[in-house]
Amino acid sequence: MIKVDENGFYGQFGGAYIPEMLYPNIEELRENYELIMESPAFREEFDSLLKDYVGRPTPLFLAKRLSEKYNAKIYLKREDLCHTGAHKINNTVGQIILAKKLNKKRIIAETGAGQHGVATATVCALMGMECTVYMGAVDMERQKPNVERMRILGATVVPANSGSKTLKDATNEAMRQWINNPVDTHYIIGSVVGPHPYPEMVARFQSVISAEMKAQLKEKEGRENPDLVIACVGGGSNAAGAFYHYYNEPSVRLIAVEAAGLGVSSGKSAATTLLGKPGILHGSKTLLMQTEDGQVVEPHSISAGLDYPGIGPVHAHLFESGRGEFVAVEDEHAMQAGIEVSRLEGIIPAIESAHAFSALNQIQYEPTDVIIINLSGRGDKDLDTYIKWGNY
Amino acid sequence: MNRIDELFKQKKERILSIYFTAGFPKLGDTLTIMEAIEAAGADIIEIGVPYSDPIADGPTIQESNNQALNNGMTLKLLFEQLSELREKVSIPVILMGYLNPVVQYGMEAFCKKCKEVGIDGLILPDLPMQQYLSEYKEIFDAYDLRNTFLISPQTAEERIRQIDQHTDGFIYMVSSASITGAKKEITPEQLAYFERVKAMKLNNPRLIGFGISDKPSFQTASAHSHGAIIGSAFINVLRESSDLKKDINEYIQGILS
Repeated sequence: MIKVDENGFYGQFGGAYIPEMLYPNIEELRENYELIMESPAFREEFDSLLKDYVGRPTPLFLAKRLSEKYNAKIYLKREDLCHTGAHKINNTVGQIILAKKLNKKRIIAETGAGQHGVATATVCALMGMECTVYMGAVDMERQKPNVERMRILGATVVPANSGSKTLKDATNEAMRQWINNPVDTHYIIGSVVGPHPYPEMVARFQSVISAEMKAQLKEKEGRENPDLVIACVGGGSNAAGAFYHYYNEPSVRLIAVEAAGLGVSSGKSAATTLLGKPGILHGSKTLLMQTEDGQVVEPHSISAGLDYPGIGPVHAHLFESGRGEFVAVEDEHAMQAGIEVSRLEGIIPAIESAHAFSALNQIQYEPTDVIIINLSGRGDKDLDTYIKWGNY
Repeated sequence: MNRIDELFKQKKERILSIYFTAGFPKLGDTLTIMEAIEAAGADIIEIGVPYSDPIADGPTIQESNNQALNNGMTLKLLFEQLSELREKVSIPVILMGYLNPVVQYGMEAFCKKCKEVGIDGLILPDLPMQQYLSEYKEIFDAYDLRNTFLISPQTAEERIRQIDQHTDGFIYMVSSASITGAKKEITPEQLAYFERVKAMKLNNPRLIGFGISDKPSFQTASAHSHGAIIGSAFINVLRESSDLKKDINEYIQGILS
């Protein structure tokens, strides 16, 4: 069984390793999130916004030409069609309603590629709440359009100038700002990382993805369960959502695709399960890329959304328990897959999602298999990277 | 007897604890800095073990951590440097650091080494009380290491009582809802918090840290507790210093005089 325990652990991973200054915030959230999430008033508002604002349910699309090429029946879960262009908004809609119910006045968030930042700025505009997004100075430079999108939406974007100036450092900065503003501020974490209850809470907001998959596949194939579900993993929120209702369906293979960067042994990689060992970062125990001395190592991926040295604790547990199969895809192969999906299906995927497609070349499956690939985001934000790469 | 216990038995007020980051400003400065702190009259030394992701620290200590890591500081090297600790320094010494480097070293091996070189206590800000009690307390006790927990203005009374029950040595009162770093002045709200905790008559002595930087803030903090901890302001002194012994002495004397 894949299930979080009362202390926030999945197997040996998870927990809440936080300084005492954050304890009241986390405790407030832990005590309230389930009660609020399960209340009819919350459900009604959440479901209604997912439907009319986000555009759910997102389609489950049979990708015929891709199926033909890879000799299996391949469906795409079209999270790229969500408002703002990726699955990230499922979580921010949920958390902003939660924040309102907790009487919070301000929202802070971290962002890497800017997708979660945009999704947060979007719901803050919708709800009329003040929004500050922390973003690594390096990421601000390489994701300029998203910085401006957040600003247009009324958010303040603050550069994180410490460390490698990327997602890890933006997360550090957001946590520091939460310590500085413990009472009126809610921190919307964008992935299934951070101290308990964040990983479970975010996974539950994203679990709408696999709930819809089940209903849609039943309609199309007469069965709820595919043979494989494939999703990319940075922190792992889209994978957690796509796997959630299949964790305890042993016939469904769960394929988690990490970013190998320039190659697993190149020193420029983000393949956490291959390169990491158990450690503690951002409030949870998980697999972590680190030196022998326990210093966190800078990851690399061509995709800013997968550029994270850790992995959500639930995924660390999927890996350790053997329930999930982990595959690492190099930058070059992900880019090729992105172009291939564009040409075969008329969909330019986000480079994060392109990693999931590339995994088809690395795993074994049967021609009779039904495969769902979670197409977590669209490639508009990545046009610069596609253009620079150039092989199309 | 543990040096922390000894100190608090003998001295009940105006206790000054000084924090510095191991490996900063230069890799080999550790013992020089510690000797100077003791000679200048401080009561406790806190050695910060540098970490790549110090989430409770402001820019000053973040930068000192970075520089120390760039200089090549590791926990292993720090223990080597501390092998002569007790030939040079007699006041209590505490290691303060984030959990991950300690866990990678191995908690048992770490505590054993602490005892061996003469460390008296530990502050691991991201070690939750529950994990401490279920996994590590026995190890701390076996090596006679005092464990200090933090509290902040937001910590509920019931939680403070729990922390008091499981802390030994002293309680670290974080002075405001804040990460580390020098502040302007101590506010009436902070004073009310100091007094509220004082009135709880806890078992453990209390030291106030975060935002304590100079003589006035040290005196104010000391008037409402057993003393105070200075970190970021001391790091700034080290950064600017061309003569560590002289500058450390002047700074600490300036606070204690």
